[in-house]
Amino acid sequence: MELGGVLAYLVSFAIMASIYAVFSLGLNIQWGYTGLFNIGIAGFFCIGAYTSALITSPMPRGIYAQYVKQLFGLNLPFPFGLLGAALVCGLVALLIGIPTLRLREDYLAIATIGIAETFRLIFNNERWLANGPRGLMGLPQPLQGLVPSEYYNYLYLAIVFSIMWVIYWAIERAIRSPWGRVLKAIREDEVSAAMSGKDVFWFKMQSLVFGSMIMGVGGALYAHYTKAISPDVFTPLYGTFIIWVMLMAGGSGNNRGAILGAFLVWGIWIGTKFLTDLLPYTMKARAPYIRFLIVGVLLEVILIYRPQGLLGEEKKVSRFIEE
Amino acid sequence: MLELFVYGIVLGSIIALGAIGLTLVYGILRFANFAHGDLMTAGAYVALFFVASLFPSLGVPDARLAPFSFGWRMVAAFPLAMAAVAGVAILLDKTLYRKLRQKGSSAVMLAMSALGASFIVRMVVLILWGADYRSFYPGVLRPAMELPLGVKIRPDQVLILGVAAFLVVLLHLFLHRTKMGKAMRATADNPELARVSGIRTERVITCCWATGGALAAAAGVLYGIDVQIHPGMGWNFLLPLFAAAILGGIGNVYGALIGGLVIGVLQQLSTAFLLPTYKPAVAFVGMILILLIRPQGIFGPRE
Repeated sequence: MELGGVLAYLVSFAIMASIYAVFSLGLNIQWGYTGLFNIGIAGFFCIGAYTSALITSPMPRGIYAQYVKQLFGLNLPFPFGLLGAALVCGLVALLIGIPTLRLREDYLAIATIGIAETFRLIFNNERWLANGPRGLMGLPQPLQGLVPSEYYNYLYLAIVFSIMWVIYWAIERAIRSPWGRVLKAIREDEVSAAMSGKDVFWFKMQSLVFGSMIMGVGGALYAHYTKAISPDVFTPLYGTFIIWVMLMAGGSGNNRGAILGAFLVWGIWIGTKFLTDLLPYTMKARAPYIRFLIVGVLLEVILIYRPQGLLGEEKKVSRFIEE
Repeated sequence: MLELFVYGIVLGSIIALGAIGLTLVYGILRFANFAHGDLMTAGAYVALFFVASLFPSLGVPDARLAPFSFGWRMVAAFPLAMAAVAGVAILLDKTLYRKLRQKGSSAVMLAMSALGASFIVRMVVLILWGADYRSFYPGVLRPAMELPLGVKIRPDQVLILGVAAFLVVLLHLFLHRTKMGKAMRATADNPELARVSGIRTERVITCCWATGGALAAAAGVLYGIDVQIHPGMGWNFLLPLFAAAILGGIGNVYGALIGGLVIGVLQQLSTAFLLPTYKPAVAFVGMILILLIRPQGIFGPRE
């Protein structure tokens, strides 16, 4: 491969890793700082991607209207897509939080699996909503035409990277505020947080909604990168499990860890593809399963031998406290 | 409608077998075993291995047991699959959960480990058998019998009900008549008290996984006899299993039995109005309603 090809490959790698880093940061608010066990990330991934797709794409006309069915197509610019994705995901998180956040922690986990499965089934079966299993294609990209199309990925990387950085910065600020300290107090000991006069349910709800909104943004970024989405993308494997492994590998409770983990695990995921390419031809079709098996084993190893992840949590919460 | 109700009872008995195992594990180990559905998948595929690969190569005879759709090979494979998955469950405990218990990890970490284990089990199934839908006995005609009131039911389905009922009775006797069963119930009630009374908790845990794994395998094989098997089946069962266990009150074996039947009937009745692929979503909506109205379940303790 010549140099240009390698560079293009690295750029596409960095785009996907950064998109996953956005999810990992969203999960870090919920799990890393508040201890909320959300294992339905794929649901927010899916909702974010579809919402932004419907907001930014035009309603199909003429002959296309026979092949592509969608509920609406607003043809609005990219920022509206991001905003819409965040708002809808926040709303869904609010609805799922109401019955589950007062109960034991694993109820939220089961309910989030349920929401992820349910939305995948809805998008798969209801063709009027977003074209059913065939999904939506040819989604618009932000600032298209500003640079020649062969260089577009560099521009998109810049967009994704800046959005990731803004989210990182916002979470870092929030987590070092009194609000962030309440979340950590709830994670460590709900009862004493409640005894200090904090509304545990309401703070958990904010954390769940805030984290899910970020995941919605991640979904939108994904949709406008691949330009094509269909329900089979948002499986528990690609949409939930790998993000958990990323956060656990990098270090939950550490935003830099969340980003590092996303790049690292995405690197392992891509790297194992080179390995499985060496397999005999007859095993090729099952190669992805071997790769996921490796990722699964990786999670178990982390959980047993290094549950704090590579970076671990920063204990220093304020710059006014001396080391 | 009546027919759907009967099919719901059949599906519900399968869900109940899985949910009983789930609730046993929940009661004794106090974490949500997200790998339980995939233990069902493992059971179905181990039975497939015996019925379609090992037994034919050993030349085990396979006369069909009319009126059922299967033969002697399945009769032999059924307990073997239960034993094998009991072994898988114990192996997962020894390699993963026990290490986390010894480190004093929280219940959520154990649940996460179980989620990882569920993907590992499913990936192994996918690597060994591929992603296709499979039947234990492909191409066998499965005529239905006509019951009074126009309900059509296949002999296989009657047998599924019988086997499930038999296993539940067996479990009841095990929990109430044997020393180990009593030790399991005691541990579920109060682990610390059980330990100071001289109950060996690790042995109880091993036994709990064996029971849960065997019942999950039975559920998986019965589902395969009723319909077809595929690697995602266990994941699709996860929501109904949890809905049933929560409805019956977490940790309550008889509650899980009733919960399983209710969820099964609910899922089948929904197919009169919704696409059958929405079944997991129906179980999910049912579960949310339970959580809103009575989160401790029907048979759970009062708050």
